[in-house]
Parts: sequence; structure tokens; C-alpha cells
Amino acid sequence: MNEYLKIFLSSALIDNVVLIQFLALCPFIGMTADVHKSNGMGVATSFVMVLATIVTYPLYHFVLLPLDLAFLQTLVFILVIASLVQLVEYYLKKSAPALYSSMGVYLALITTNCAILAVTLNSISKGYNFLESIVYSLGTAVGFLLAMVLMAGIRQKVKLAKIPAFIKGTPVLFVAAGLLSMAFSGFSGLIK
Amino acid sequence: MKKYWQLFKNGLVKENPLLFLMIGLCSSLAVTTSFENGLGMGLALTFVLLMSEVLISLLRKLIPDSIRIPVFIIIIATFVTIVELLMKAYMPDLAKALGVFIPLIVVNCIIMGRVESFASKRTVAESAADALGMGFGYLWVLTGISIVRELFGNGTFIGMTLIPEQYTIGFFTGAPGGFFVFAIFIAVTRLIRVAYEKNKGEQK
Repeated sequence: MNEYLKIFLSSALIDNVVLIQFLALCPFIGMTADVHKSNGMGVATSFVMVLATIVTYPLYHFVLLPLDLAFLQTLVFILVIASLVQLVEYYLKKSAPALYSSMGVYLALITTNCAILAVTLNSISKGYNFLESIVYSLGTAVGFLLAMVLMAGIRQKVKLAKIPAFIKGTPVLFVAAGLLSMAFSGFSGLIK
Repeated sequence: MKKYWQLFKNGLVKENPLLFLMIGLCSSLAVTTSFENGLGMGLALTFVLLMSEVLISLLRKLIPDSIRIPVFIIIIATFVTIVELLMKAYMPDLAKALGVFIPLIVVNCIIMGRVESFASKRTVAESAADALGMGFGYLWVLTGISIVRELFGNGTFIGMTLIPEQYTIGFFTGAPGGFFVFAIFIAVTRLIRVAYEKNKGEQK
């Protein structure tokens, strides 16, 4: 149990996917202008991330490895993610139209979210077992959600603040992200 | 000839993917802790971008519109796999340092964006010019950031020690330093651009 908690905490806080590993910066900068949008994007991405890990892990170990096709990993994984996103989109459209209309726009963008591909590739290269890789993807998803919510909150404040003209706009967002990242570096002593 | 030069220049500064379009950011911050890594990543991306844009531009009349995105992804992923295997075979140290960011070129928005908005509509030569412009635009920003971070963080530049160890600032090689250096890069290029355009406006 302890082992799983460790993986969860380290992927959510210590190695935060956005702030420490620099993954998924595009939605982090592009989608956080509005709190609702950033929450929608965060939830949708987290969902696909966990689902993708559940699908790609057995696929790698039971199909690609026995057939000696491990070098096709990247190609196969991105196709799996793209089709998963498509599936989720169809399913939501049919069964939960309300959720679909609030999430629909972001679903298509998720395919090119690098955090998802990175999580599926990392859980293979780190040598996790099936359960560990699910915990790892859950932790990363929580970390992503946390970063999105924090950034969206900060941007609300930044709108009201007086900012020197030369760092107005995007530069100030990166400065804020840098400060957040520094705060998250403080978690590094959490697990020995 | 002038047309191609214009396309090339466009990606280099005016529509620089990192500084003005704000796409493909992830890899640019993660790998820029040393000059070699920045250069290697920039060249890898330029290669993939050039090859995919040329190939897709060649095939643009054959690819059915409704399945174009999956086809693009397969073409891009193929070139990324080629780069990954080549790098693992001939430059194992670099491959290890770049790690997961090489396969992640597949989902780099720069490539998908240019292929979708440019190569699928234009001729091969134009696409090649655009790919080179965008690729080198990415490359120079990446090497610029990595030189700054390596110099101040490690005190070294291409193996030479320029700043003695006791004066280096570890902050720059860490994650927060990446965000700060990038913020400064955007701010400075925007300032230069504003000044340049103002200058141009006055001359007219």
C-alpha cells in the first residue's frame, strides 16, 4: 500500500507533470484564461489519461512485446490515444449530451496533449506493473488538474494587478508559472 | 525565389512558433538545460517537420479529407520513430538526455499545426520553405534559451568553463529557471519587435 501512495504522491506533487516536468504546457497557458474552461479541460484530460494507460499497458505487454514490435510503441500508442478520444467523444455525445456540450471542444484537443502520451510511455519505461501504472496515471492526472486550477486562479488575480508594460501578457504568465514551480520544488523532500 | 525567402523568414521571426504563436512549448523548456540538448532537440524537430511537410504536401491530393488527421499522425509518428532509432544508435548520450521528449515530437503542436494549416494546401517547395523557417525558428530560440541556462546554471559553454563553480546559480538549470528564462525571452523579443515596427511606421 505504501508503495502505491509513494507513486501517487511523487507523480502528483513532487514530479508535477506541468510545473516540474514541463509537459502539457499548451493547455496550461492556452486554456487557463477562464476558470470553467480550465476545469473542463483538466477533467477531460485526466479521464483520457487514465483510460489510455489502462488500454496501452496490456497492449504493450501482451501484443507488442511477444510479437517483437516494441519499436512501434510510439506509433501504436498515439493511434490508441487518438481513437480513444474519438470513442469517448461518441459515447458522451450519445449518453451524456449535457456533459458533451460542455466538454466537446476540448476532447479533440486532448489527442495532441503531450502529457497523455508521456504518461503511457513513462509507465512502460519505468517498469511499473499494471496496478502501479494506473496509480501513476491517476497521480499525474491529479497533478495536472491541480496545476490547471491554480493557474486559472492566479490569472484571475493577474487581470486586476498592475503589471509593467514589457512583461504584460504571456511573459507574466511564465513568471507566475516559475513561482508556482518553485513552490512545488519544495515538495521534493516529502518522500525519502 | 523571393516568395520562398518570405516564407522562410516568416517562421524565423514574425510567426516564430515559440515566441509568438506559443505552440510546442513543452519540449522547449524541458530539454534546454544544456547547449547540446537544445541543439539536438531543435535539429530532430526540424528534420521531422521538414520530412512530414514535404511528404504530406506530395500526397495532399491523395489523402481523403475525412481521415486526414489519422494519416498525418501516422506519417509524423513514422519520422519520429526513425529519428528515435537513429539517435539511440549513433548518439546514445543525447538520446538518454532527451528521453521521453523525442517520442513526444509526435504530439508537438508545431508539426500538427503546420501540416494541417500549411502543407495540406500548398506546393512541395513552399511547404519545404515553411518547414525550414519554422524549424530554424524553433532551433534558434531553443539554443538561445539553453545557452543562457547552461552558462548561468553550470558555468559552462560547449565544454568550456566560463564561470567558476562558486559563482553559478543552480536556479537556472532547475524547473523554475526554465520558466523565468523563457518569460524574459518572450518579453525581450516583443520589445524589439514593437520598437522595430514603430521605427518602420515613422519612416513611412
